[in-house]
Parts: sequence; C-alpha cells; structure tokens
Amino acid sequence: MSDKKKELKPNTYKFDTLSLHAGYQPHKNAGSRQVPIYQTTSYLFDDVDHAAALFNLERGGHIYSRISNPTVGVLEERVASLEGGTAALATSSGMSAIFLAVMTLCEAGDHLVVSSQLYGGTVNLFRLTLPKFGIKCTFVKPRDTEGFKKAIQKNTKGIFGELVGNPGNEIMNMPEIAKIAHEAGIPLMVDATYQTPYLCKPFEHGADIVIHSLTKWMAGHGSSMAGILVEGGKFDWMQNDKFPTMTKPYEGYHGLSFAEEFGPTAFTMKARAEGMRDFGPCLSPQNAWNVLQGIETLSVRMKKHCSNAEEMVKYLMSHESVAWVSHPSVPDHPDHELAKKLLPNGRGSMIAFGIKGGKEAGVAFINNVKLASHLANVGDTRTLVIHPASGTHSQMDEATLKFAGLSHDMIRLSVGIEDIDDIKNDFEVGFRAARKPRLVSNQ
Amino acid sequence: MKFKVNNSEVYASTGGRPFDKKKPLIIFVHGSGLTHMTWVLQTRYFAFHGYNSLAVDLPGHGLSGGESLKSIEEMADWVSAVIDAVGHKEASLVGHSQGCLVTVECTSRYPDKIKTLSLMGGAGAIPMNPQLLSLAENNDPKAVDLMMDWAHGPAGHFGGHPVPGLYHINTGTMLAKSRTIQNTLGVDFRACDNYKNGFEAAKKIKCPTLSILATDDKMCPVKEGKKLASLIDGSQVDIIDNCGHMMLLEEADRVLTVLKKFITSNYPPLSS
Ligand SMILES: Cc1ncc(COP(=O)(O)O)c(C=O)c1O
Repeated sequence: MSDKKKELKPNTYKFDTLSLHAGYQPHKNAGSRQVPIYQTTSYLFDDVDHAAALFNLERGGHIYSRISNPTVGVLEERVASLEGGTAALATSSGMSAIFLAVMTLCEAGDHLVVSSQLYGGTVNLFRLTLPKFGIKCTFVKPRDTEGFKKAIQKNTKGIFGELVGNPGNEIMNMPEIAKIAHEAGIPLMVDATYQTPYLCKPFEHGADIVIHSLTKWMAGHGSSMAGILVEGGKFDWMQNDKFPTMTKPYEGYHGLSFAEEFGPTAFTMKARAEGMRDFGPCLSPQNAWNVLQGIETLSVRMKKHCSNAEEMVKYLMSHESVAWVSHPSVPDHPDHELAKKLLPNGRGSMIAFGIKGGKEAGVAFINNVKLASHLANVGDTRTLVIHPASGTHSQMDEATLKFAGLSHDMIRLSVGIEDIDDIKNDFEVGFRAARKPRLVSNQ
Repeated sequence: MKFKVNNSEVYASTGGRPFDKKKPLIIFVHGSGLTHMTWVLQTRYFAFHGYNSLAVDLPGHGLSGGESLKSIEEMADWVSAVIDAVGHKEASLVGHSQGCLVTVECTSRYPDKIKTLSLMGGAGAIPMNPQLLSLAENNDPKAVDLMMDWAHGPAGHFGGHPVPGLYHINTGTMLAKSRTIQNTLGVDFRACDNYKNGFEAAKKIKCPTLSILATDDKMCPVKEGKKLASLIDGSQVDIIDNCGHMMLLEEADRVLTVLKKFITSNYPPLSS
C-alpha cells in the first residue's frame, strides 16, 4: 500500500492550467498579471556585440516584430504547450500558416499528397497557387487511406489533411496515414482548426506539424484573424536526403543546418528565420493578445460547443423538416467509431444537415433565423449558419457541387454556446418559414 | 561535424562556424539522456567569437554512433580522446549535470590538458532516485516526464523560453526521447548513481573553475553544488535566482554572460 502511495508522478501543468498560464512569467514583466501587449516594431540592442549575437541566432531574443514579438511569443508557447509540441510560430491568418508550412517544407519541383476535403481557401492554394511556385499536389479522398500511399511519388515531401473534412465530416484515419507518411520518410501535416487541442492532439496520433486557423474556436470571439503552425519535434529530417533545406548548410545564416543545430525545433526555427523574414505574415501583438483571451477559456467553451452540438444533432434528427444530419456523433456516420477514438472529448460543433424542400427551403431558412448569424466563418461562440448552394458555392452546377461534397439542400451549422433552447427556438422559426417559403420570403 | 573516437563516429556541433585548428577549443558535455542541442544558446556565441565550440553527443546519444558508455570514468577518458581526435593539445571544458561529473573526473585525470572548467548544475555525486532509475532502465517514457518536471524550475514550468516560440518542457522531452530511453537515459542514470569519485577528483583540480548553480534546482541542489565547489581551489560560484536545473536554457542569457566573462578572461579567444 505504502509503495503505491509513493509512486512518482510528473507534476507538470495540465491542459486547463496551461491554457491560462503557459508561455508567460509575470515576474519578468513588471509583475503584470495579464500578458502585456508589446506594441512595438523593434527592440533595443545592448551593444554591437548583442545585435550581432541576435542576428546570428547565438542568443534568443527579439529584433523586429516581423520575426518575433514578446506578446506573440506567449501565444506561440501557449499553443505549443497545449498541443504537446516543441515550438510554434504564429501568423497573421490560418492561410498564411498553411502557406508558410508548405514553403518551409517544399521547393519548386516538389509534390504533396493532400486530402480532397479541405477548407475552400486551402483547396485553391493547393490546386491553383502552389503550382505557380512549381509545387504540385495529388488530391486523395480522406477515407481512402490506401490512396494516400499510392499517391506518394519520389518527389513527395509531405501529406496534408484536415482531420475532419468540411462540410462532409469525413474523417481521415490519422494514425494509419501517419504510418504511411513515415514509411515514406515524409511528415504528416494536419490542419486541426476544427478540433483545437482540447478535442484532439494530432501529435499523439502521429502528426508532425499541426496548423490552426486561430481565428476560429481557439479564439472563439470572432474578433481577430490569426494562424499558427506547431511542431511535434519527433520527425527526423536527417533520415534521408529529401529535405536538403533542413539538413544542408543554409547560406542565409552562415551555413547553418537547421536540423543539426535545432533538432526537435528545426522546422519552426527555419519557418521563422526564413519564412517570416522573406514573406512576413506576422501576427499583430494586439491580435495575439485577443486570441490569448479566448484560449484562457478554451476547454470551458469546447465542452459547451460539443454538448450543444450533440443536443442539436438529436433535435435535428427527430425534426420533420430535416432530411439528413451529418455529424460524427450520429451512430450511422461512417466514421463514428474512428471519431470516438480520435475525438474522445467530443466530436466538434460542425454539423451539416439537409433541409426538406431543397434550395428554396434552404434560402428561406437562412433568411428567417434571427439568433443564428448568416456569415462566412465557423467556430465563433455564436451560432453560425450558411447555405453553401446559394452563397459560397452558388456558381457551381449540380455535378461540381456533388464533387465538393455539397448538395442544394445542405445547411452548414457551426453550433455556438448560447442557451440550447434559444438556438432550437430560432431554428423553429427558420423551419416554419422553410415549409412555406413563398408565404414568408417577401416579408 | 563528424569524426572518429575509438573507431566510433562522433557528432559534435561546431556552433555554426567551421572548425579551425588555430582557435582554442571549448568542449561542452551534455547531461543524462540529452544531446548537444541543450547547448545551442552558448555554443554559437563562442563559435562566432574566436573559439572552436564543440558540443559533443556522447556515444550512443544524439547523432553520435556507438553505444552509451557505462561509467563516468569512461566518459572522462572519452572527452580527453575527443581533444586528441580533433588535433588539439588542450581545451576548456563545460559540463551540465552528469556532464559535470564527467568534466570534473576528466580534469582531475588530465590536469595538463584542461585549461578551465565550467560546471552548470553540478554536484560531487548524483545519487538517483531508485524508482526513476528503474523506470529509465525499463524504457518507460515516464522517466523522461519525471526528469523534465524536476529539471525545470517553477518559472520554467510556465515557459518563457529565450528563443521565441519554443516550449521548454516539450523540447526537452523530445530530445530525451530521440533515441531509445533505456540505452541513453537508463545507462546514464546508472553511471551517475555508480560514480563515487567526484569529491576526491575535485580536490585534485587546479585550473580556474566556475560553478553556476540555480536556487530552484531539484536535481542538483545549490547546497550540493557549493559542496563540490568548496573542494576546488579558488572556484568561482554564481547562483541564479528563480531558475531550475536547466539553467543553460531557462536562463540562457545569464549563463552565457557569466560563462563568457569566465572563459575569455582565463582562456582567451583567438583575436581576429
Ligand atoms: C479548416 C480551416 N483551415 C484554415 C482556414 C483559413 O484560416 P484563416 O481564415 O484564419 O486564414 C479556415 C478558414 O475558414 C478553415 O476553416
């Protein structure tokens, strides 16, 4: 008995504590309990030697806020700690984090294997923009695990995907796809925006780089654009000769080899030293601070997002105006079991459902809900709805809609943390209008 | 760079500058289960300021080949062999934690070769908690988690890494897990636990010596570090407040400032 009592346990801080404290030491900041906003572009050097040391990466510290900033640094450490990562680099938006990750990994002539169910902006980046830089991509359906393997070529430098694709809620088998990537000696990059580390820590399932649009659930308040890339620190860049820009001397820093010098933080160090220097998508300290305010309550909010989402799933499934509901918590969702394994704390708050009456009914629903906001965002604390066929994807014909996993009757719902009864009452108004669209649409 | 010692390939970081035989040599020796990367915020400075900075990976660690050495005495001889292997006659040594045991033993064995000795989070003996030792020898990742907990002071637990965006505890964890735990940490912890000659070795040291200790160091408490320093003739001691055992990262700037002053005044760089 006494043996059991004495069993040693690491006392490192746990998730909820880290979301409030990680990355910040008040005693080094005039005792300020809240993280200060360092609203500055640049930082004094002690002397010429100190300046040279900072530029040569001999010392840690800040030079210029395009490269790093103390407020942004707190956010970076906080997200790294929550993800179980070694290092992180915050950017001005989720898109710039994805772009930076790709540009840190790839050169012209390289290739990526990419999940086909991605946020629309990301699809355009991979399909249209990256080829302009000589980087080609092969798209694979997220459930086609073997397809990822088959698509790997000699010049493939990584696999990219979103854990739960949008809007179809298709889940990629991250542990299996990570194995495929690692057998090929390449990293797996996962956009985990929809999960946040509260629902899933991709590094625990084999991912090597995690990306977030912090604009969404991480911040929650919908006030600020921000993105981040986080490094797992396990990937061995030196195992093969696929990543010369990580392993060979880099001219831009006196022949520095990032992998040799920085090992488990090499990717972030390179993304900052090269990417932030050359592309400059830096996050403003004010926005970093705003996002930090959101992260302080991440687990409290995510619990409510998920419980409200499950309530909404039940409500929608039994509703006479609803044709179908897609959410990983639905027992007959094809990835129901995988979701239980990868998302044990909740299946997220994105729901897609079909409204009876097709496009016309969808339009009427959207035009008549009052509490739910009709806009092009997800992951706000407020409930958001959109009807893709009449909004974001209105130029698409039937076949193209189908390929994108969309249909005319689909409503995409990002469940907020309002009182659940108020959300349901609001939806009743929308459904009533949808049942008789012509009667109410001209009101 | 890579070179051979006892027929086994050794990796040592040169701090971002090419090795240059004309410059005086500083060798940095890492702690249990870790690698050359723990020294990144000290080595690069010296490399850019007139020294050959060699942060070695002990055999079987980091990017070095071979198997982990089983005793502090073997490691001490190995450090001396590194000096020969890179074509130098003498060197300054810097050690952290287990690296302090190694460099103390090496300095006492090769007094003519070692010009200055800098000890970070050192002690004359590092007896291991039996449970921690057994976890490491049984390849249990919990050994690394416990080590990271104890190795960082209260401030380090919150973060605040000197390099923007890096998170102390997870970076240390990945370093310690980069090779098989029982073959690195397990062997190292056993070597530390077995080593009994630290206090005797210290008495023989005549070269200038510096000890940097930290008030929140749970692995090698200040009291133990002071005891070791008191046995070394004329040893300097610097104590850092609000910092744990990983002072070389937690308070990297402060460590570098003290180290820089000590080494440059006792073992001058090649002036350019
Ligand atoms: C999954 C996902 N990734 C990336 C992005 C892009 O992020 P941002 O809008 O912050 O640039 C979004 C935006 O909707 C997204 O939903």
